[in-house]
Amino acid sequence: MIADAPPYPERTFDRCGDYSLIGPCGERAAEQGLVAAEWYHTDVPRARMKELMRRRNGPAIRDTVIWFALLAGLALGGYWFWGGWLCVPFFLGYAVLYGSASDSRWHESGHGTAFRTAWLNDALYQVASFMNAKEPTYWRWSHARHHTDTIIVGRDREIAAMRPPNVRRLLLNIFGLADAVSTARSVARHATGRLTAEEQTFIPGSERGRVRREARAWVVIYLAVVAAAIVLRSWLPIVYLFLPLVGGHWLALLFGVSQHAGLAENVLDHRLNSRTIRMNPAFRFVYWNMNYHVEHHMFPMVPYHALPRLHAELRHDMPPPCPSLLAAYREILPALRRQLHDPSYHIRRELPVSAKPFRPELHPALFEA
Amino acid sequence: MMMSAGDEMWLEACAVDDVDTEDVLRFDHGELTFAVVRSPDGRFYATDGLCSHERAHLADGLVMGDLIECPKHNGRFNYKTGEAKRAPARISLCTYPVKVEGGKVFIGLG
Repeated sequence: MIADAPPYPERTFDRCGDYSLIGPCGERAAEQGLVAAEWYHTDVPRARMKELMRRRNGPAIRDTVIWFALLAGLALGGYWFWGGWLCVPFFLGYAVLYGSASDSRWHESGHGTAFRTAWLNDALYQVASFMNAKEPTYWRWSHARHHTDTIIVGRDREIAAMRPPNVRRLLLNIFGLADAVSTARSVARHATGRLTAEEQTFIPGSERGRVRREARAWVVIYLAVVAAAIVLRSWLPIVYLFLPLVGGHWLALLFGVSQHAGLAENVLDHRLNSRTIRMNPAFRFVYWNMNYHVEHHMFPMVPYHALPRLHAELRHDMPPPCPSLLAAYREILPALRRQLHDPSYHIRRELPVSAKPFRPELHPALFEA
Repeated sequence: MMMSAGDEMWLEACAVDDVDTEDVLRFDHGELTFAVVRSPDGRFYATDGLCSHERAHLADGLVMGDLIECPKHNGRFNYKTGEAKRAPARISLCTYPVKVEGGKVFIGLG
């Protein structure tokens, strides 16, 4: 049952639309109490929360073995049929499992929740970060900021669909092209030990050496792969390493954009700025259950394998989930189209009648004159 | 309740049974906040109550062996020594002496 009254008034504030981390919006957000603020949490009994937070090795070991076995099988099929059209479906499957599943593995192991054993999380984090072309230390701190200030303009650098949306960048990223160019630039910059002014706002100075070492290691690996292709006189090393970045990123993009696109900015309630979507088991395997995105943001210490149970625990206090990825894009695409001309527009999430009251004191930006 | 012994002041934080083994409880005293941790072997420890990274209450986090994990960004600390063990936590926590008397847990402030 949906409440008749909207949970918060129509837009009543002058929107700040500069997404730069060193622009005026971050300062303004801080003045409004939106930075490193207290966020809404549904009450969950401590005993139940402990059950949900409990770490296990089994599910992630099983999923990782299956993932790498599938990758190896598809890579072998591509090699076997190399030179003929039959290699194409193998390489396309390989590219998606490599380029898109690595995104969720990077994410979950970065939170340290995939495995109970710390070194397994660290090992998967390094491998998946490389596969997904996300520099490990740089993205660890970027993602920490994303969780501190989720979709706070001028603070969160992981806003996939800004207002107005950058359509060109989104389209280029279907083939991973915009991200590939920005990653190539940042790896080159970091290999020389430089951080931009924006990066310095979220990466501590003490981590600079680590960022530099990782970037240099990546450059060595990339050069080694190119050298291997030249020595072997084969495109295969290039195809195995670089094809997934352009041919396998599209599913991660579809998942990633669906997390927050079109929803509210500058609110302190993940129910209003994040989207939970029902998905089929194949998508949930690739995405490691990040379709339960409101739940993940509200309780990031709950491992991916427990998110369906967390969803059941919180359902009474949540907006209804989108019934499918297609349904999610049926609300996202019209919203993005409207935001091209009206950046103040966003989808207003309505909370169930049974939900805990909306807390206006946590959302000063919404009530600013 | 407070007790003084020499230069040390002891704050009554909770009853022994208030904290499960391998769990944590928040204890506030004035402007101070503490995390009272009970290890898997039943011993009590106390640290600063707020994560040194972004000041989330550690009592909402998870105790695993010798570690406590922050609920906000999953930074980890050794609650016995206060040492930061996992980014984004980099600054160690202060730890405090603890004693158990008469079924109550006391935190010592020097």
